[in-house]
Amino acid sequence: MRGKRLFIAVFLIPGLLLYALFVVSPYAQAFQISGTDWSGLSPSYEFIGLENFRRLVGDGYFWNALRHNGLLLVLLPVATILLGLFFASMISVGGRADRVGVHGVRGAGFYRVVYFFPQVLSVAIIGVLWKEMYAPHTGMINGLLRGVGLDGLAVAWLGDPRFAFWCVLTVLIWMNVGFYVVLFSAAMQSIPRDLYEAALLDGATRLTTLVRITVPLVWDTIQVAWVYLAIVAIDGFAIVQIITDGGPSSSSDVVGLRLYKTAFADGQFGYASAIGVAMFFLTLTVAAMFLRVTRRDRVEL
Amino acid sequence: MSSAISRRGLLQGAAGVAAASALGGCAMGGADDDGTTPDAKGSTSADNPLGVKEDAPLEVVIFNGGFGEEYAKAHEAMYEQRHPQAHVKHSATQQIAETLQPRFVAGDPPDVVNNSGGSQIDFNGLVSQGALTDLGELLDAPSLDDPAKKVRDTLLPGIVDVGSYDGTFLSLNYAYSAYGIWYSQKLFDAKGWEYPKTWDQMIALCRTIKAAGIAPWTYPGVHARYLSWAILASAGKLGGLDVIKAIDNLEPNAWKHDAVKTAAEAYYQLAVDGFLQPGAEGMDHIQSQTEWCRGHAAFLSNGSWLENEQKSVTPPDFRMAVAPTPSLTTSDTMPYEAFRGTGSEPFIVPAKAKNVRGGLEYLRIMLSQKGAADFTRKVSSLTAVQGASAGIPLGPGLTSVTKLIDASKGSAFTWLYSSYYRKLERERVNAASLELFTKRITAAQWCDKVQKSADEFAKDPAIKKYKRA
Repeated sequence: MRGKRLFIAVFLIPGLLLYALFVVSPYAQAFQISGTDWSGLSPSYEFIGLENFRRLVGDGYFWNALRHNGLLLVLLPVATILLGLFFASMISVGGRADRVGVHGVRGAGFYRVVYFFPQVLSVAIIGVLWKEMYAPHTGMINGLLRGVGLDGLAVAWLGDPRFAFWCVLTVLIWMNVGFYVVLFSAAMQSIPRDLYEAALLDGATRLTTLVRITVPLVWDTIQVAWVYLAIVAIDGFAIVQIITDGGPSSSSDVVGLRLYKTAFADGQFGYASAIGVAMFFLTLTVAAMFLRVTRRDRVEL
Repeated sequence: MSSAISRRGLLQGAAGVAAASALGGCAMGGADDDGTTPDAKGSTSADNPLGVKEDAPLEVVIFNGGFGEEYAKAHEAMYEQRHPQAHVKHSATQQIAETLQPRFVAGDPPDVVNNSGGSQIDFNGLVSQGALTDLGELLDAPSLDDPAKKVRDTLLPGIVDVGSYDGTFLSLNYAYSAYGIWYSQKLFDAKGWEYPKTWDQMIALCRTIKAAGIAPWTYPGVHARYLSWAILASAGKLGGLDVIKAIDNLEPNAWKHDAVKTAAEAYYQLAVDGFLQPGAEGMDHIQSQTEWCRGHAAFLSNGSWLENEQKSVTPPDFRMAVAPTPSLTTSDTMPYEAFRGTGSEPFIVPAKAKNVRGGLEYLRIMLSQKGAADFTRKVSSLTAVQGASAGIPLGPGLTSVTKLIDASKGSAFTWLYSSYYRKLERERVNAASLELFTKRITAAQWCDKVQKSADEFAKDPAIKKYKRA
């Protein structure tokens, strides 16, 4: 008995120690720092209680950034999951049933690889790539628009506060969808083929099959995807920082970027930590909420 | 001791360790060690006026940006030559704040920091925390080339001002940047155009340029503050330096001064008349500068690092040239030749550096004729040192800058609000300027908007205020 316990402990303790040191302790410290006016350049600071949070409530730039995170939170998971489900079902079960049974559309293997491509690129590369794609004169998007005679639509995408946020959202969807195509495809592989064949025999269309059979049977996966995407939406820092840096006129700002700038550009680590603490509770609430809302009885196969 | 580890015991133990490590690895550093830094100090002599300890190692951190890091290695070699027993540790990064912030907290900063670039450590924070060494001693030390001449007297005018906070000289801006309106001499010669000295002539020329199928102006929409430099320079020339000082001192209604308003209206006119390159609002500085180098636009508001930055895309016979902002009226307070000229590329010696003496000595070596000339040769930029570029073959852009400086006869000026309150320029003026140049707001609204932001900064107790005398 003792040997077994020791054996388990040997495996557990290093991991727990690392976790405590690099995850738990910074979190705990963020709470402590958020109650100070620490500037991040010297060991001296003063406790100012909830002053940072009071300031946060009245900070228009913070609320503006939070609003964008809110929009991302609503739009990014929905768009990504819908697109992911659509692509995955086309790849896995979208083809016509024939002698070999239910299978994907022609070239499914090719699409599977292509969709996964953005996932292989680092976030920095994706950001720089899209920044150049959106460039007003040299960018590919305006080049295409001009090529087909739509010169009027070739605007300065990232220079216009009406479009900048939507440009960033598009990139976020583009870079995330591939992963969920693979995730959903994998989940769909575990659905017995005869279910589809039976549905087809009953005359179900592709859409009905997707809504009535595929979605309920991969619901667990969708639920996980939802939480992951919500976390991506609440963050969004890297892509925004590279593509627009929050501009123009804070029209694509997100809370993560505000936090970063408050800490490293303004040297207000106390206030930045308060933003971090607010984010922490926000992320936690959203994750719990999503899990609750999407809870359904598991379908037993 | 037959203590089997119970699950509860294990968890308790783990929690305890977590708590202990939370305390041990605190990001905010230990107790303040009441500032008694073990500063290495040797005896002073004529050859060693700053009292460098001969065998004390020196650590230098360089911002690896437009100027690269090679120039610093040459300065470090000069240091090691003067102090053969000392070893210089060199490193370079683009992430100055991210890399060095924890070391400032731990009380273990490098001896010399080139605090520059996009992630510069905010000077407001550094100064208010007392993290910087007073470089006054360096100014009063004899210069390396001529012991009878103080370092202070070898610097270009304005260098001490721009590095001083409430009268204490804390940051040495090593490079000298001239700001103005840039154009291609080749294009202008070919078309028979001449750079306009007044705003009316500018508008007239813009009309001609536009008729020739070239956009008169371009600007980086992402960094629209580049064009705000032209507005402020024009406002300063129109209304005098006091207009600029009021802005630096965050005085009420400083940005609503008539001179600022007139200047903003003048540049707003460029947007209204369609003289700004369409699409420029979506470009960053590299994209807009490249458009300009390709001859798609005639004018560009920029600083003298432009030539070096555009080296790889500038056509060989482009002949870039710089000129002061045109005078807005015939009764401007400053002459047409006045321009914004100031130090850039700040170097600091942290107060808690282990080798403060060595840091000061390093800066003294940088400011020698040899060190400065070497910098100019390597990175095509002027330095804060008078006459150090003499005899060095300069590119057309930099030659034009030296002519600009000579013609100004000491009337160069600058503002300091952008180094006192970095965010005010980088975020607020930047955002408002883009709105101005895309005609979403008028010149008067631009003044109001920036004033409102300046008022916010003036009221914010978290921001230390500086007074420009």
